[in-house]
Amino acid sequence: MKSTVIIFPGSNCDRDMDVALKKFGFENQMVWHNDSDIPKSDLIVLPGGFSYGDYLRCGSIAGKSRIIKSVVNFANSGGLVLGICNGFQILTETGLLPGILQQNKYLNFICKNVFVKIKNKENKYFKNIKKEVLELHIAHNEGNYFCSNDELKSIEDNGQIAVTYCDDKGNDNEHNNPNGAIKNIAGIFNKDKNILGMMPHPERMIDPFLSGEDGSLFFENLIGNV
Amino acid sequence: MKVKVIVTLKKGVLDPQGKAIQQTLNGMTFDNVSEVRQGKYFDIEVNENDESKAKSQVEEMCKKLLANLVIEDYKIL
Repeated sequence: MKSTVIIFPGSNCDRDMDVALKKFGFENQMVWHNDSDIPKSDLIVLPGGFSYGDYLRCGSIAGKSRIIKSVVNFANSGGLVLGICNGFQILTETGLLPGILQQNKYLNFICKNVFVKIKNKENKYFKNIKKEVLELHIAHNEGNYFCSNDELKSIEDNGQIAVTYCDDKGNDNEHNNPNGAIKNIAGIFNKDKNILGMMPHPERMIDPFLSGEDGSLFFENLIGNV
Repeated sequence: MKVKVIVTLKKGVLDPQGKAIQQTLNGMTFDNVSEVRQGKYFDIEVNENDESKAKSQVEEMCKKLLANLVIEDYKIL
């Protein structure tokens, strides 16, 4: 299985993602944002970081970079596109995912482990994961998901909410919402569920000695379904 | 010609920075400040002498890049 990680100026989780993808069997390649073509891939990943120093709005400049046309074409033809953290912000700025990630409600940069509840398993990203709640890491200043009421209704009706912030038992209420995201949303799909954007970093939870293993469940499942 | 643009958050969209500024102003004895909304200002030099053409180009820029219409409004001055 082939994957491609796109590197933007300011990406800083690209190599972590490369390590994670290779660990679970992907043949990964790195592609620079200023290239125009993406080599044959089963999965494209937009990694975390601070592309273009978060200028203007997080992900807005990266969302107009040269490689993005190929990413959009790949996504529109049904290809799997995964955006983590800044990658999620880039996906909303390109319009591939609805809504936007605003500054965290309490103006703080949040860097900690959180629990997220899987809300929809009828997709390649979460299909055979046996757990309902995963422990993953977040590190962001703009993770406060927001969309209009109409969009929210459409997202809910189409089962596009992927993961929500919750406690270790899966209660996804306002007490377990780290950043003010609407409906505790930590990640969403597009309508066809081939595009996933989420703030938590599964690539940081792939080693029991360093962190945890719930990210391993994510990648093991993903390569099994690609 | 130079075109000026102001981008602001839409009414009803949470503006935590504006809120923090407002609270700080209140703490500095500016008690009568009841709300602050923070925005962005752009000076754009367009190589175009026709004002209406320049402004319509800037309008496209606003829609495509300068503002995110999910949460922001723009005003061309």
